[in-house]
Amino acid sequence: MLDRDQVRKVAHLARLELSPEEEEKFTTQLSDILEYFQQLSELDVTDVPPTTRAIDVSNVVRTDTLQPYRDRESILDSAPDLDGEFFKVPKIINPE
Amino acid sequence: MASIRELHQQLINNERSAVEITQAALDRIQALEPKLHSFLQVTADQALQQAQQVDAKRAAGEDVGLLAGIPIAIKDNICTRGVRTTCASRILENFVPPYEATVTQKLIDAGAVMVGKTNLDEFAMGGSTETSAFQLTANPWDTSRVPGGSSGGSAAAVAAGECPIAIGSDTGGSIRQPASFCGIVGMKPTYGLVSRYGLVAFASSLDQIGPFARSVEDAAILLGAIAGHDPMDSTSLKVEIPDYTQFLIPDLKGKKVGVIQETFGEGLDPDVEKSVRQAIQQLEDLGAEIHDISCPRFRYGIAAYYIIAPSEASANLARYDGVKYGIRTEDAENLMEMYTRTRAQGFGSEVKRRIMIGTYALSAGYYDAYYLQAQKVRTLIKQDFEQAFNQVDVLVSPTAPTPAFKAGDKSADPLSMYLVDLMTIPVNLAGLPGMSIPCGFSETGLPIGLQLIGNVLREDQVFQAAYAYEQATDWHTRSPQLDTGNEPPKQQKKAGKQRG
Repeated sequence: MLDRDQVRKVAHLARLELSPEEEEKFTTQLSDILEYFQQLSELDVTDVPPTTRAIDVSNVVRTDTLQPYRDRESILDSAPDLDGEFFKVPKIINPE
Repeated sequence: MASIRELHQQLINNERSAVEITQAALDRIQALEPKLHSFLQVTADQALQQAQQVDAKRAAGEDVGLLAGIPIAIKDNICTRGVRTTCASRILENFVPPYEATVTQKLIDAGAVMVGKTNLDEFAMGGSTETSAFQLTANPWDTSRVPGGSSGGSAAAVAAGECPIAIGSDTGGSIRQPASFCGIVGMKPTYGLVSRYGLVAFASSLDQIGPFARSVEDAAILLGAIAGHDPMDSTSLKVEIPDYTQFLIPDLKGKKVGVIQETFGEGLDPDVEKSVRQAIQQLEDLGAEIHDISCPRFRYGIAAYYIIAPSEASANLARYDGVKYGIRTEDAENLMEMYTRTRAQGFGSEVKRRIMIGTYALSAGYYDAYYLQAQKVRTLIKQDFEQAFNQVDVLVSPTAPTPAFKAGDKSADPLSMYLVDLMTIPVNLAGLPGMSIPCGFSETGLPIGLQLIGNVLREDQVFQAAYAYEQATDWHTRSPQLDTGNEPPKQQKKAGKQRG
C-alpha cells in the first residue's frame, strides 16, 4: 500500500532522518497498519459529524495579558546552545 | 500493605512519623528496584524533606489531610519543577522542567510525598513499558513478564508495595491495562476532570491523568485530591468535585450493569473470560440487574484510535526540534539537518512509527480518507455508549484480552501490540470514566482485571460498583511474593541503542 518513496516523503514532512533499514522496515509495517485501517470503510458515515473532542466545552477564551516569567534562567539553562540570551541554531541560509 | 487511612491513622496516633513512613517506602524501593526497575529516578532527598515538613506541621499543632505524608510515585511524563522529566525518551533525557504540573502541585499542597518518577513507554506510546529508552520494568507477579503500559512503572511500584499510590496517564488504556496486568486498581477519569497542565502531550483529545492504588477507597481519595477545574487547561471541566468516598457503598440493589457482548469474542483468554464471568455473577449476587449490551461499533475503536492518536502525536511532537530544550545532534551542518538528525537520534522506533502514521494520515490527499473518517467513527462509538447508558448505570468488560505477556513477545509486531488495547480504547474515544479492578488470577497466577465504565462524569457509579465488588472479594488483598522466588532476568538498556 505504501512504497519506499512515500515513506521517504512522509519522513521528510515529519523531519525525521531514517536509516535505509528503517525505511525498509517502516514500508512494511506502515503498509500493514494502513491495511488494518481499511476496516473503517465498512461503516456508513454519511451524515455522521466528526468528533474532535470527547467532551464538548464551549470555546474558552481569556485576555492575552503579558506577565513576566519568574524563572527566565531555568528556561535558558535548558537550551542546547545559547548566545547570551538568545537560542543559537546552525546556519539557516545556504550560501549556494 | 497499609492503606491511606491506615497510614494516616498511624501518623495521627504518633505511631510513625511521616519521615518514618517515607523512609520505609524508600527502603523497599531500594530493595526491590534491582528486580523491578519501576523508577527512572528516586527522589529520596526531596521526599524526606517533604516528609519533614509534614512532621513539622503536625508538631506545630496543625491538622493535616489524608494524603499528608503518604508516599506517591509520579509517571515520568508529568512535569515536576526542578526534577528531571524524560518521558522515557532520549530526546528529553536532560530536561528539567521550569514549572510544576497542576496535578503534582495539588499533591504537594496536600502534603503527599513524591518518592520518584516512574518508567513508561516512550512518550506513553506502548502497552508494555518496553519502548522506554532507558530500562525494562518487570511485572512484580512474574518478573519475566511485562507490567503492561504505558504507565507500567507506576503500576509495578504500587503492586510491589514500593509506594501505596501512584499517578499515571491514560490515552488508550495506559492506566487500566497495567493495573489489570499488575493486579491493582487503576482509573481513567472523565476527560477534562483532571487538569492536563504539565502532562507532556501525546494525544491531547484523549490524554487523561488518573490514580493507581491497591484499593478502591485509596483511588477515590487520590482522585478527589487531583480533580478540579484549572484555568491553565482549556479542556478542563468546570464541575464541582464531590468527596468520592461518599459513593463507597457495598450494595448494588437496583443498579443496572451492562455486559458489553463484543468484548467476549475471539481472542479472549479463557482464564480471563472465566474470571470476568464470575465477577459479573458476583455483581448480580450483590443485587445488580445484569443486562446484555451490544456496542456494535466497539471493535472499530482500535483502527480509529491508531489514526487519531498518532495524528495528534505527530503535531504534538513537532516541538522536539533541538532548539530550546532536550538534546541536539552534534552532527549537523545546517538547520534542516539539525531537526532531522536530532529527531532521528532522540526518538525510538515506536515514537517514529507513530509520527510517521500521523504525518501520513494528515498529509494532503489522505486527510479525508483517514483522519476525518476516524473522527466520524469516533462519533459512532460515542453513540453506542450513549445508547448503552440509556439502559444501564455501569458497563463491564475484561480490561485486557489476556493476562500479562512475556517481555519481547509482541515487540517485533507493532500491530499485535496495538490490539492489546482493544477493550480500553473506546472509553478514551468517548471520554468516559473507566476503572480496572482485580477480579481473579489465571491458572499460572497472573492477575486479571475487570473494567467498569461509567457515563460522562458518573465516576460515582463506577466507584460504587467497584467498591461493592471489592468488599465482597479478596483479590485485592493478595500481594506478589517478591522477596523469594524469581530472579531478575532484566538488564538495563544500552545508551542510544535503537530497537525495532
